[in-house]
Amino acid sequence: MNPAIRVSGLHHVYPDGHRALAGVDLTVEPGERVAVLGPNGAGKTSLMLHLNGVLTATSGTVEISGTPLARNTLRQIRQRVGLVFQDPDDQLFMPTVAQDVAFGPANFGVRGPELEQRVRAALEAVSLTAHADRSPAHLSAGQRRRAALATVLACRPEILVLDEPSANLDPVARRELADTLAGLDATMLIVTHDLPYAAQLCRRAVVMDAGTVVADGEIGAILADADLLARHRLELPWGFRISSG
Amino acid sequence: MGGGHSHPLYRDGHSVVHRLPAEVKIVALVVFVFAVVATPREMFWPFAGYALILLGVWRLARIPLSWIAPRMLIEAPFVVLAVLLPFAEGGDRVEVAGMSLSVAGLWAAWGIVVKGTLGVAASLTVAATTTARELPLALSRLGVPGLITSMLVLMIRYIDVLGAEAGRMRMARISRGDSPRTLHQAGAIAKGVGGLFLRSYERGERVYLAMLSRGYDGNVPALALGPGGAARASVRQWWAALLPAAAAVTVAVSAWVLR
Repeated sequence: MNPAIRVSGLHHVYPDGHRALAGVDLTVEPGERVAVLGPNGAGKTSLMLHLNGVLTATSGTVEISGTPLARNTLRQIRQRVGLVFQDPDDQLFMPTVAQDVAFGPANFGVRGPELEQRVRAALEAVSLTAHADRSPAHLSAGQRRRAALATVLACRPEILVLDEPSANLDPVARRELADTLAGLDATMLIVTHDLPYAAQLCRRAVVMDAGTVVADGEIGAILADADLLARHRLELPWGFRISSG
Repeated sequence: MGGGHSHPLYRDGHSVVHRLPAEVKIVALVVFVFAVVATPREMFWPFAGYALILLGVWRLARIPLSWIAPRMLIEAPFVVLAVLLPFAEGGDRVEVAGMSLSVAGLWAAWGIVVKGTLGVAASLTVAATTTARELPLALSRLGVPGLITSMLVLMIRYIDVLGAEAGRMRMARISRGDSPRTLHQAGAIAKGVGGLFLRSYERGERVYLAMLSRGYDGNVPALALGPGGAARASVRQWWAALLPAAAAVTVAVSAWVLR
């Protein structure tokens, strides 16, 4: 069976010369939930944008379930890999939540009752059915984050990539989102600084720094390695201890 | 119907005008504005006629004058421009209160102010009775190209986000002792506007990336969904909505005939 994600030798240099990725190798098996940890500027978001071809690699390859990312597979891969961006306001651009949720599947050719059903199911999965016809501007931060997740869920992706899902959420919204995510069976890549959140949702963690993967393993072991965390500007919140195993 | 789908110019209600499909109101607005613009400015009575038509529509839509009036301030910058015209224009001059004013400039100023005011008032009427979510469908039914529709939709959505961003920047400036009313702070405000422009540009880029990653290929698909997908306008609704517009056209035509 092909791995869900296989990234090899991925390099990316931005037009201004900034080297964001300097040879990333990463394999993720179907159904795995993997936390991608690392300090600001480590290349986490750049990696995420490569997974469905929004950014194009300077060199290296990305394969999704055995299909290499190329110009002619772009559309298919964008349908299979859903990105949830950090700022929901970047994702929600239509006048109402329901219209926004319909945007993705409609782009992929879903129409009529099937489209309505997809929208309903996605909104239900994030408990926003009651807010379908509201403007995203009138939702709370937690609701907006869940709405952004719904816009991607409606595309029925095999792989979900979330950028800082817990940022700017109050504790209850943060837990509600974790409950929603834990209930999904998609392969998941969670890019975050929030180490307890990563530990709650993922079994495996990958640490990135300076554009490469510097550690990859069981999340308990990684979070228990204080030296490793300190070397890469990561630390558990005050008073926190992860019991490994 | 909750109030949560509104834009700042929307006034919640259930009047006949509110219930009309948006495309009909847009057409009526365009016809009305054309009629106003085409009217010779040397005549006064047609403009009174247009104002009466608007007052009638406001009555039907139950929009009080006190709600329209403060929102008319949006017109202020154009009025300032118009006020300068009588001083700047050449030609014959008249003495008014000790000032020498250009006759052509006075006519031009009158034309701008009266036509602008009527145009803004009519647009406010449509805005007050039409929610943002009706717009994309209405525009695409009118045959407006998808690119323009999506630009408008994006603008409506992000004007709030940008407004909030500008508000936060202003708050941060004030809380560091800036007083926006004094002249020497103009530099700080100008830099703030520049910063806001950069931020909006970057946001635009991120929004585009997010759209791309959901399969966007340059066309916004028709999203005739749920309550957003109101029924097409019936013939009767077209007639009802075009009545004020037709009245405006009648006024404009008779103005030309009677001239």
